Amino acid sequence: MTELSRRHLILASGAILLVSPAQAGQPASAAKRWGLLIDTRKCATDCTVCVDACKSEMGLSGHDRPLTDAQYIRKVDVKDPATGNAHSLPVMCQHCAKPACVDVCPTGASMKRADGIVLVDRHICIGCRYCMMACPYKARSFAHEEQTGQKPYLPRGKGTVEGCTLCVHRIDDGRLPACVEACAAKAKGAMLFGDLKDPTSEIAKRVAAEATTRIRADLGMEPGVRYQGI
Amino acid sequence: MGGLLLMLLLVTLPALAADLPSLPKPKGEACIAANDVMRRDHPDMLKHQRDDTMRLGIRGGKASLKDCVACHSTADTAGKPVPINAEGQFCQSCHAYAAVKPDCFECHATTPTVKEASR
Repeated sequence: MTELSRRHLILASGAILLVSPAQAGQPASAAKRWGLLIDTRKCATDCTVCVDACKSEMGLSGHDRPLTDAQYIRKVDVKDPATGNAHSLPVMCQHCAKPACVDVCPTGASMKRADGIVLVDRHICIGCRYCMMACPYKARSFAHEEQTGQKPYLPRGKGTVEGCTLCVHRIDDGRLPACVEACAAKAKGAMLFGDLKDPTSEIAKRVAAEATTRIRADLGMEPGVRYQGI
Repeated sequence: MGGLLLMLLLVTLPALAADLPSLPKPKGEACIAANDVMRRDHPDMLKHQRDDTMRLGIRGGKASLKDCVACHSTADTAGKPVPINAEGQFCQSCHAYAAVKPDCFECHATTPTVKEASR
């Protein structure tokens, strides 16, 4: 048993799927569909563990301007006015099967990888921000200023749009997204990551057996992120 | 003939007059290809691979900007990594000599990950 799988076995105590690293030299496969299942019943209103983990993993430093600072994941508080039932849910790029951001992109920079991860190819992004307008989840941010201190695995620069990559660098490495790992380690483990197309995976079993919701499912974009308890 | 030689001399003189870039020693043993190949073809290698990696998700390719930076960057006396596009560093010194501005580092990290385990 490799060190990697031992590490994941430890994490699996929170019922988290084991993932295997992408094979070197092999492209991402359409046989996989990466997804997230978020149990909002375990997600506390004042908890920002996932948001903080994302910022440090991705090297996102803000300018203390909440409206325009880059954020890949944010906490949204919702309340049913009729009953007073309140929830807090983390919202990131929903990695839609039919992403509106990809449809509107004039250059092809906004793209969906074969395994369902929606990314921005910043080599050809012209910064028009059509995708930001098109996304109903407000998932994307625009880098307004020159950036410094980027992480080697996450290049980001002025004049391009960016968003949650589902930690594609970690997934290809056989690791879990930073938010999922942090939530399992420091919070209540409300997030489950895995391959929705693999019937033996924990996430596929859970979505098959339990009631789950996709936010703004009415738009028909078939997000890869599902929620429970909302 | 003499005129042609004189013209050639005049054209090449400024280039000869400029100091050749002095590059910091890389960490690795050998580059992924011979020096003359790398000097000419590294932009094409990187451009080809960036699409493979980014769009197709093919990892572990030969020409990786991350690996270039990891191998060719240096650390200062305090052990802090120096940006590879800083004055006198590997990318900058040669690009300044060739008078070509690389755009890579507007987005890409200029220093390697210091501690892989802390991620």
